[in-house]
Amino acid sequence: MTVTLLLLGVLAAFGGWWLVRQGIVSRPWLETGPLEEASPRGAVALPAAKLGLGVFIGVASALMALLLSAYAMRMTLPDWSPPPQPRLLWVNTAVLVLASLALQRALRAAQEGDRKGARSGLLAGGAAGLAFLVGQLAAWRELAVAGYLPANNPADAFFYLITAVHGLHLLGGLVALGRTEARLRQGVPDDRLRLSLELCATYWHFLLLVWIVLFFTLSFAPSFDWLVALCTAPFR
Amino acid sequence: MSELAHGTGGLIPAAEVPEMELPHPHGWWSTYVFSQDAKVIGIQYSLTAIAIGMVALVLSWLIRLQLGFPNTFTFIEPQAYYQFITMHGMIMVVYLLTALFLGGFGNYLIPLMLGARDMVFPFVNMLSFWVYLLAVLVLVASFFAPGGPTGAGWTLYPPQAILSGTPGREWGIVLMLLSLCLFIAGFTMGGLNYVVTVLQARTRGMTLMRMPLTVWGIFTATVMALLAFPALFVGAVMMLLDRLIGTSFFMPTLVEFGERLRYGGGSPILFQHLFWFFGHPEVYIVALPAFGIVSDLISTHARRNIFGYRMMVWAIVIIGALSFIVWAHHMYVSGMHPWFGFFFATTTLIIAIPTAIKVYNWLLTLWRGNIHLNTPMLFALGFIVTFVNGGLTGLFLGNVVVDVPLSDTMFVVAHFHMVMGVAPVMVIYGGIYHWYPKITGRMLDETMGKIHFWITFLGAYAIFFPMHYLGLLGVPRRYHEIGETAFVPASAGDLNAFISVVALVVGAAQMLFLFNLAWSLRHGRASGPNPWRATTLEWQTPETPPGHGNWGPELPVVHRWPYDYSVPGAKEDFVPQNQPDPSPSHAARGLAT
Amino acid sequence: MAVALILVLVAVGSVAFHLLSPWWWTPIASNWSYIDATITVTFWITGVVFVAVVGFMAYCVFRFRSTPGRRAVHEPENKRLEVWLTVATALGVAAMLAPGLFVWHLFVTPPADATEIEIIGQQWQWSYRLPGEDGRLGAVDTRLVSPDNLLGLVPGDPAGRDDVIIQADDFHLPIGRPVKVLLRSVDVLHNFYVPEFRAKMDMIPGSVTYFWFTPTRTGTFDVLCAELCGSGHAVMRGRVVVQTAEEYQAWLGGQRRFAQAAGDTR
Repeated sequence: MTVTLLLLGVLAAFGGWWLVRQGIVSRPWLETGPLEEASPRGAVALPAAKLGLGVFIGVASALMALLLSAYAMRMTLPDWSPPPQPRLLWVNTAVLVLASLALQRALRAAQEGDRKGARSGLLAGGAAGLAFLVGQLAAWRELAVAGYLPANNPADAFFYLITAVHGLHLLGGLVALGRTEARLRQGVPDDRLRLSLELCATYWHFLLLVWIVLFFTLSFAPSFDWLVALCTAPFR
Repeated sequence: MSELAHGTGGLIPAAEVPEMELPHPHGWWSTYVFSQDAKVIGIQYSLTAIAIGMVALVLSWLIRLQLGFPNTFTFIEPQAYYQFITMHGMIMVVYLLTALFLGGFGNYLIPLMLGARDMVFPFVNMLSFWVYLLAVLVLVASFFAPGGPTGAGWTLYPPQAILSGTPGREWGIVLMLLSLCLFIAGFTMGGLNYVVTVLQARTRGMTLMRMPLTVWGIFTATVMALLAFPALFVGAVMMLLDRLIGTSFFMPTLVEFGERLRYGGGSPILFQHLFWFFGHPEVYIVALPAFGIVSDLISTHARRNIFGYRMMVWAIVIIGALSFIVWAHHMYVSGMHPWFGFFFATTTLIIAIPTAIKVYNWLLTLWRGNIHLNTPMLFALGFIVTFVNGGLTGLFLGNVVVDVPLSDTMFVVAHFHMVMGVAPVMVIYGGIYHWYPKITGRMLDETMGKIHFWITFLGAYAIFFPMHYLGLLGVPRRYHEIGETAFVPASAGDLNAFISVVALVVGAAQMLFLFNLAWSLRHGRASGPNPWRATTLEWQTPETPPGHGNWGPELPVVHRWPYDYSVPGAKEDFVPQNQPDPSPSHAARGLAT
Repeated sequence: MAVALILVLVAVGSVAFHLLSPWWWTPIASNWSYIDATITVTFWITGVVFVAVVGFMAYCVFRFRSTPGRRAVHEPENKRLEVWLTVATALGVAAMLAPGLFVWHLFVTPPADATEIEIIGQQWQWSYRLPGEDGRLGAVDTRLVSPDNLLGLVPGDPAGRDDVIIQADDFHLPIGRPVKVLLRSVDVLHNFYVPEFRAKMDMIPGSVTYFWFTPTRTGTFDVLCAELCGSGHAVMRGRVVVQTAEEYQAWLGGQRRFAQAAGDTR
């Protein structure tokens, strides 16, 4: 649970800092009036959709952290035998990086008012995302053919589960890309387009970051057993 | 440093909210069924939760009939008994309490109390309810599935939950886990809304420290739920995979009735960690909204500002944060590493301190108040008694070594029913009696309300207080009958019969409440917009019940905190939050502190 | 008035019930009277708090009930009072926690001279295993469980040959000798629970858990299962007989060894 508690600790620190800035130590009964003097920025100047995505990313991070916690807890038992990592995962990782870059370019283009550029970036990002999913399925197949099936042992099962959960989140991201593309074609105003692309890009960067963490955990955690031991020591 | 200067300097008011486009309904279906109005969604959530709660109530009757009069009701076989307790527990905790506090009260009250037109994502909000309804239906379907619902206990501990010695292992457990996953998905949609609405859609002048404690409680509980429910989700998905495709996340090598199963290598304790990582925050997910609501009830009906508002807010936030590092106090005798006991007992008992502060502040709000013993106030008093009682017995169970003899006995059953069954239900009733006039424009009948209160409060206390002593005696929980056991005297059977009779009566009293709900809709006294003379924004709406968009053409502007009751120098004994004129001088009030 | 009275009655009634009720813990039969003492301390502290809280509430309801012309006192906070209450609460909590942690330390630290014994749960019966003359329990493996070998002992392990195995029968313990109980399950979670011993712990398939105690009173005690283990949970019973060293030796002499049992069935 150390991984999860670490994440929660970071969130709690941020929340505490924010609450203090929001005047959680003030004495509200001493103040009347609509309090217009202070700046409205800083508190909640973000558009609702961005804040909503931020909260969702928080929830998804908690989900991933819990999966990793479960993985780490199980890993430290003596009979742990992880499956070999398909080489393909490196390629997939590179493809996912490309998807993120493409979406970042689409966003840049939209900010400069270049709708065509935005569209091509969006499509390239979507294609790369799709390629990543196909690549992941191919990696599954490779493992399955080699006899590493979910029902074999917990290590194999964890590999499938963790990649599947990430893949499903990515599928959601593809749906979002599709909707943005449809909007682009219907000719939404520039500011709406920028917002949509910004949300997509943020979410995909998040997915990339999560994947990198997951990938390195799945591939290299056994060789960093001291680190894992450190992380799980109080909760074994 | 002057307090005034300090106060205003640190405050950042909510952003000026741009007028949102409301998806206005066209016709009956989109007004009452597929509505995107948070108030309608709140009512839908509440009615669904109450309906499924009635199922759980009937199950509790059956449980009590069996315990009070063993061998009399032969149709309650051990398997059926385990199915009853499992479904009773899960429904009450998740599908009733969580859904009613967050989905019901949250949806109805958050936008109104903050001066918002609606939740920020109305469509997602509507979806949240429909997914919740689907989750309830899947849960109900398990009653009709072959083999019946699962009888694994509400904690669903593997390996037992998915093995053949447990009823409902064919379909029941699968439907239960699916339903939980759906519930979590639906809740996440709603939860996103509550959080973003609180952060974003507050009206002008509604700073965080001007939010009523009800909103603080619901907001904090929602943040917690968003972070805690994923743990249950992960656990449920992993168990589903164990059950359906034969993975071994939680399943070690085992031999069932002489037959070796194909599982191997899993860790049952891992599930317990995941479950309680959700399960303990869940207790506070139910308790914090109750804390918030009861604060507002007490303040309004005692005509006195809530005592120590800042402490109350801090306590809510601190309890919320601490509740994530106490989960393993449910696992002292689970066989986890014994050294955990020191850590978790300490954190658990520390959490008692902010909780106690809340209790003191409720009492100090009553002290030197002007107490109107209306039905909502009675329920608030009932809450304090039952919550303090249940909270104090929590100090037994949290104190690791004391838990050893008491764990898995009726003491635990009595404790959690008192503290997270009866106490929050008291608040739910108090809240319904309090806000029903806003929802319908009519008062609930006070006479029926008082009868309902006294039977429920005294009855529930008479059920659960003596039950602790059965546990002290050593009677284990989850036994459909204690049978011939040397250390259990015959008088324990009499006590059980007494508890069962009272339980039937208390259950019947809830029918009176339902009748009151229906009867007052038509015959209740017209309430006017603000029958309790309360300060918070929901009572200041231009229409009662409030229309779609809540506020007419102009959003309200907030000028003060929500607890300006009996302010010296003010004409009335309450000053609504949106009243601009600062009638009492700052100086006069500053001196009072 | 009536409300305040009823609240007082609730508080007084609860205390009266506590003092007069015939339902109380079973007479202790192990060394864990420390646990009972900690419970007693907790009862005193929480009892005082409960009566004080409900009593004060009743007083407020009576004294500050709404009467014509009454106006509540506006008082947003009172720092000194709140700090004072917080400190008092913290002291009360510490007074319960400190003995609790102290006794827990004893509870999780078996003495070096404790005899290791093993209790095995399976749906829905108890089995027991005692080390033979060598004082060691033989190796086990759940994969070896079969109708002939219900506990899954490894047949080749010399340490296991002289292990005493008790199935579907009462279990005996000598008085006054500390025992470290190793707990094992071959199917689902169980929990070995004898109310008179106070101690208990879950059994988890796939791992071995433990607790320790010293029997201090002779007699026959009911064994129950305290962790839901399926539809037979309530009938998973057994009995433990605590007896003097001589009686115990006599009983032990009549028990079968693993090697004998295996030989018989062959």
